[in-house]
Amino acid sequence: MENRTHISVQDLNVHFRSEHVLKDINLSIPDRKITAIIGPSGCGKTTLLRSFNRLIDSTEGVRVSGRVLVDDENILDPKAEVTHIRKKMGLLLQKPYPLPMSIYDNVAYGPRIHGIRERRRLDEIVERFLKKASLWDEVRERLSQPASALSLGQQQRLCLARGLAVEPAIILGDEPTSALDPQSSQRIEATFTELKRDYTIVIVTHILRQARRLADHVIFLYLGELVEQGPAWDFFNNPKQPMTREYIKGLIS
Amino acid sequence: MDRRFAEERLFKGLMILATVLIISSLVLILLTVLLKGLPYMSLDMVTKTPQGGYYLGKGGGILNAILGSLYLAGGATLLAILFGLPVALYMNVFSRPGARFVGACRFSFDVLNGVPSIVFGAFGFTIMIFFAMRASLLGGIIAIALLILPMMVRSIDEVLRLVPHELLEASYALGATRWETALKVVVRQALPGILTAVLIAFGRGIGDAAAVIFTAGFTDSIPGSLLRPVATLPLAIFFQLGVPIPEVQGRAYASALILTILILIISLAARLLARRLTRHVVK
Ligand SMILES: Nc1ncnc2c1ncn2[C@@H]1O[C@H](COP(=O)(O)OP(=O)(O)O)[C@@H](O)[C@H]1O
Ligand SMILES: [Mg+2]
Repeated sequence: MENRTHISVQDLNVHFRSEHVLKDINLSIPDRKITAIIGPSGCGKTTLLRSFNRLIDSTEGVRVSGRVLVDDENILDPKAEVTHIRKKMGLLLQKPYPLPMSIYDNVAYGPRIHGIRERRRLDEIVERFLKKASLWDEVRERLSQPASALSLGQQQRLCLARGLAVEPAIILGDEPTSALDPQSSQRIEATFTELKRDYTIVIVTHILRQARRLADHVIFLYLGELVEQGPAWDFFNNPKQPMTREYIKGLIS
Repeated sequence: MDRRFAEERLFKGLMILATVLIISSLVLILLTVLLKGLPYMSLDMVTKTPQGGYYLGKGGGILNAILGSLYLAGGATLLAILFGLPVALYMNVFSRPGARFVGACRFSFDVLNGVPSIVFGAFGFTIMIFFAMRASLLGGIIAIALLILPMMVRSIDEVLRLVPHELLEASYALGATRWETALKVVVRQALPGILTAVLIAFGRGIGDAAAVIFTAGFTDSIPGSLLRPVATLPLAIFFQLGVPIPEVQGRAYASALILTILILIISLAARLLARRLTRHVVK
């Protein structure tokens, strides 16, 4: 399974009512690397990310065409079963949304849904993934407390642990650090760098410096079109498109 | 400048006037019930059923109506939750986003909410005639459930609408189905509000007289079966007030006091419960 792409997109088009939000997108996302989707706000980054796990379905007045292949399955196929597709991907949103339950139950929520009932196994899962999200030391004494009592940065790491607990192969993040203070952002970034050994990570960001720090692969969107994609080093040091050059220099935003 | 200050003062005055009017009428009602009812309050009132000649001033109490009202309102509230919660969940979690049908549902519940309770009573009565059913606890429960369903659905609906959509997405993203998300996340997040909605519906159900007058009937004995008539507090108050004997009229006020206290106790209990349930709610 060397370098087989988990996610690839073919001729993806998305409309919101009359607005053409994503135009003929073709791309593939390398395994076990961090891919950054960058571009100015409103260019369709969130929409692209949400089409990977079909959360886009729940938007009012949306039309989607094309193919999104995850493990060679076209998930846009109306017959595709969404819950097992979503189980393959953990999702982080701009602002952390812990579920209205305890810290423990937040992490155990996914495994329980997928049929794990034994307390011992759940205990072990909760501990393992809280450690993976580097939150365990801060919460081990208060697992039964409401998740909403944690700080924003801790909540975001809890959301990461919650996503990891369903054992996905992919982590999706939609500007996952934008609501956090600099220190918390740094911890999340550090965790991502560690996790990329085992996971394929895709993050949306509009912070160029963050993309430079984290990304192995970059996808640049502008007004719904894919302008350029490629390995991060090439992208930042040797951009092929004039538009990319201007964006990197900060001339357009 | 002066005119704006005058306007400001005028509106402030009007607001204070309105507030005072409302609060004082509430206090007046409570005082009337308390002053007129308290002298006739006795242990017998709440522990005994009407004995022979009760409505002429002889001994007994209204235990039949107290229990009848609790059974009736309790049963109706349960029935209304059973049908109302799924409807509210459907409108907020299961329906296609922005569906017209949901808007039509909301509108029709709002219209039903404005229908006078006597109409629900008459409607229930017609159905009962159709099934050749006599006035009974079951008939009353159905009529009251119909009466409180629209307000219950709409108030639960309003609470569910406040649940952030991202919370649902967080659950979907973990591979949860809509059903799991509705029960384990949405209901949990909205539980305090749902409880309040249920409580308000219960209060309206227990206080209503018009919907039960044909459907539940009246009896002097303690309710024993779903298919037998039951007494209710509002009707007991009505009958006692109609008797031109001061002793009996006084007991009518005592009965009103009992009804008020019942509602107060249930409100307080629900408040306490709601406070406990907010522990996990995500802000
Ligand atoms: N729910 C929605 N309904 C209608 N239009 C939307 C919706 N979400 C996003 N859009 C539109 O799609 C375009 C792309 O949005 P988005 O993917 O959120 O951009 P980004 O994440 O890059 O800021 C924007 O022009 C926005 O107006
Ligand atoms: Mg966005």
